[in-house]
Amino acid sequence: MAVTVARPRLNWRERIYFPAILSGLVITLSHFKRMLLGRTKVTMQYPEERNDANMPDHYRGAPALVRDTGGRVRCVACQLCEFICPPRAIKIIPGEIPGKDRFAKVEKYPEEFDIDMIRCIYCGMCEEVCPEQAIYLRKDYAITGFTREDMVHHKDKLLEIGGVMHGVVLKWNEKK
Amino acid sequence: MSMDYWLILTSLIKIVGILFVVILPMVSYSVYAERRVSAFIQDRPGPNRVGPAGLFQPIADVAKLLFKEDFSPQHVNTFYYWLAPTLAVMPAIITMAVVPFGSTLLGVPMVIADLNIGILWVFAISSLGVYGIVLAGWASNSKYPFLGGVRSSSQMISYELSLGLAVIPIFLLVGSLRLTDVVRYQIEHGWLIAPFLGDWLNPAKWLLAIPMLISFVVFTIAIFAETNRLPFDLPEAEQELAGGYHTEYSSMKFALFFLGEYAAMITGSAVIVTLFLGGWHLPIPSWSGGFHWALIDGSAPGWKGVLGGLFNIFIFFAKVSALLFFFIWVRWTLPRFRYDQLMRLGWIVFFEIALVNIFIAAAIVTFFPP
Repeated sequence: MAVTVARPRLNWRERIYFPAILSGLVITLSHFKRMLLGRTKVTMQYPEERNDANMPDHYRGAPALVRDTGGRVRCVACQLCEFICPPRAIKIIPGEIPGKDRFAKVEKYPEEFDIDMIRCIYCGMCEEVCPEQAIYLRKDYAITGFTREDMVHHKDKLLEIGGVMHGVVLKWNEKK
Repeated sequence: MSMDYWLILTSLIKIVGILFVVILPMVSYSVYAERRVSAFIQDRPGPNRVGPAGLFQPIADVAKLLFKEDFSPQHVNTFYYWLAPTLAVMPAIITMAVVPFGSTLLGVPMVIADLNIGILWVFAISSLGVYGIVLAGWASNSKYPFLGGVRSSSQMISYELSLGLAVIPIFLLVGSLRLTDVVRYQIEHGWLIAPFLGDWLNPAKWLLAIPMLISFVVFTIAIFAETNRLPFDLPEAEQELAGGYHTEYSSMKFALFFLGEYAAMITGSAVIVTLFLGGWHLPIPSWSGGFHWALIDGSAPGWKGVLGGLFNIFIFFAKVSALLFFFIWVRWTLPRFRYDQLMRLGWIVFFEIALVNIFIAAAIVTFFPP
């Protein structure tokens, strides 16, 4: 059965509309004036103003490789991140550390380390799985490029974003 | 013979000047103003990236529209589909011909065609604007544009009645349809929106203000409906009709509809300014030999005349701009009327008010001749 909704009876002031229209015009004009005088502040002018300082610690931005305080790349090319990566964004070509290096024959190193930022979903699993604490999600969020190739972060770019990581390497101890 | 050449030359200069120097830039900047004002009303900044404060935004918009693909859908009636946008623009611009936008400049009257049928020309031409919309709706061969076209035609017909009737009191008073005469009358007897100004103690003038105010309100509302502005933008209601009559249009053809709508707004405001708000006239208080209102126009000799003429043109377009702001302001305040409410308002309220108003004005003009 159809329900008839009772319409409210309007008095004459409401029925000639004009008072309501005028009060509406006053409201919009007050908003206009407040904005014109710069008293309303709601929109951040993004490229000039940024919220980077207030980014939370748990923010997951672009993944990056880090160096230790001695300047060595921490990554040992174990490829765990490559295997765990859900969208398969990471590609590592492991290699032997050449020559007389102290770590030659001890550790591997990544000859190439590419992260395709078109594929990356910023899930942080690479960081979680890394036994060497070599890959971290940094706070960079504006990853842009003109071509698909631009969007692939190679090893040097990853190291540049990552920077130096201070403190002891906990390796497996903390993650057991 | 040389007089003819002079007339033709000055007319050409006026046509080109008013069209390319005033109307078209004003159209693009009223679009910019629309976006900025709407943004400010809604507490956001609006387009502010292109140039200082976003002032070059219209140029960017035009460049974008020019370079977009001009796509004609397969199912349209090509001839009328192409004809409609031009028909939407032309009447709005042609109407400007009879509106005096300044006094004189170097002895040349600042009106393109000072026709003795003045306001009738405005109504005759501006009502042709509906053809653009109806043809667009029909030629698009698609249901939403069609509904928009149908709505537009019925809306324009209903509101043209009150538009025409609302100005009759003015011409009862002025006795001439020529718009320069209307402006001349307002300079001598006070602006028609408030005829008592400057003649405060005359009760006849106060009485006259009643029908004039009613005329002004009805005429302004009818212009809103005529130019398809909110709260009467039923033909292009985005939410119900997916854009209405211009749904199937893209690129420059769409831009022409846009241009036509804003040009109609500008000419509509120009007509309101001419009829009710004193046209290009701005009284300046003067104390030389006792207080009186001084009239600045282009009749003074030398550079003073030129400056006066330019000042009058400036005043006219400043008034038009103020009205345009009002148009925009109303658009971002009021919700859209329902279709039956619109028709009801047009036929039952404004038509009657305008009709009764004529009798009030006639009685006042007869018994208390101002």
